[in-house]
Amino acid sequence: MSIPIEHVISLSALLFVIGVVGALTRRNLIVILMSIELMLNAANLALVGFNRVWSVTAEGAARYDGQVFALMVIAVAAAEVAVGLGILLSLIRNRDSLNVDDASLLRW
Amino acid sequence: MSFEMFLFYAFAFLAVFSAVAMIGFVRHIVAAAMSLVVTMVSLAGIYVLMHAELIAAIQILVYAGAIVVLFLFVIMLLDLRDGGLGPAARGQNLVKAVGVGGTVTIGTLVVASVSGVFSVNPLVESLPEGFGEHRALGIALFTDYALAVELVGLVLLASIVGAVILAKRKID
Repeated sequence: MSIPIEHVISLSALLFVIGVVGALTRRNLIVILMSIELMLNAANLALVGFNRVWSVTAEGAARYDGQVFALMVIAVAAAEVAVGLGILLSLIRNRDSLNVDDASLLRW
Repeated sequence: MSFEMFLFYAFAFLAVFSAVAMIGFVRHIVAAAMSLVVTMVSLAGIYVLMHAELIAAIQILVYAGAIVVLFLFVIMLLDLRDGGLGPAARGQNLVKAVGVGGTVTIGTLVVASVSGVFSVNPLVESLPEGFGEHRALGIALFTDYALAVELVGLVLLASIVGAVILAKRKID
C-alpha cells in the first residue's frame, strides 16, 4: 500500500501556495527569502513524487530523473540563499532596514 | 489506513502547519526560521516514504543544516528590534493573495484530475533492489548526469563569487 500520487502533488501545491502568499504579502526580506525556500521545497516534493511514479523503465531498470533534478534544485537553493543574504547585508548597510519597501528606487 | 499512510498525513500536517506558522503567526524571526526547519524535516520524512533516502539525507544536511544555519547566522549578525519581523501582512493584501493562491491551486488540481495526468501510470509496487540509495543514485549522477553535475558546480562557484562581492564593504 503506497501513498497516492494525488495526495503528494496536492501537498506540494499547498506548500507552494503558502510560499507564494508569504513572498507576496510580507515586507520583511528574511521572511521573503524563507518563503522562496519553501516554494523550492514544494517543487522538490513534486519531483520526488513523480520520480516514484515513473520509477522503473519498460526494461525494469530504475530511473532517477526526478531525484537528480531535486538534487540540482537543492544546490541552486543553496546558491540562491548565499546571494540573497549577501544582498540583504548590503541592504542593511545602505538603507538600515529589512523592509523591501525601503528599496524601491527602481520602482516604476 | 496503513502505517505508511498515517506517517504521510502526519508529516504533511506538520509541514503545512509550520509553513503557515512561518509566514503567518510567529512573533519572532528566529521562531520563523525554526518553523522552516520543522517543514524541511517533515519533507525529509515524506522523501523516505517515497523511497528517496539519499534525497532525504541531503535535505536534512543542506536545508536544515546549512541553509537555516546561514539564516540564523545573519539574523544574529543583525541587531533586530521588536522580533525583527517588521509589519504584519496587510489584511486586504492577505485576502487577495489567499484568494488568488487558492483559486490557482484548486484550478490546477481540478484540471489535472479531469485530464487524468495522474492515472497514466499506476504506482510500481516492486522496486529494484536499493532504489533511491546512495550507490544507485551516485552511479546515475556521474554517468547519465555528469554534465549537469559539472554545470551546477559552476553555478555554485558563480554564487560564491557573487556573495563575496556583495558582502564586501568596498570593492578595491
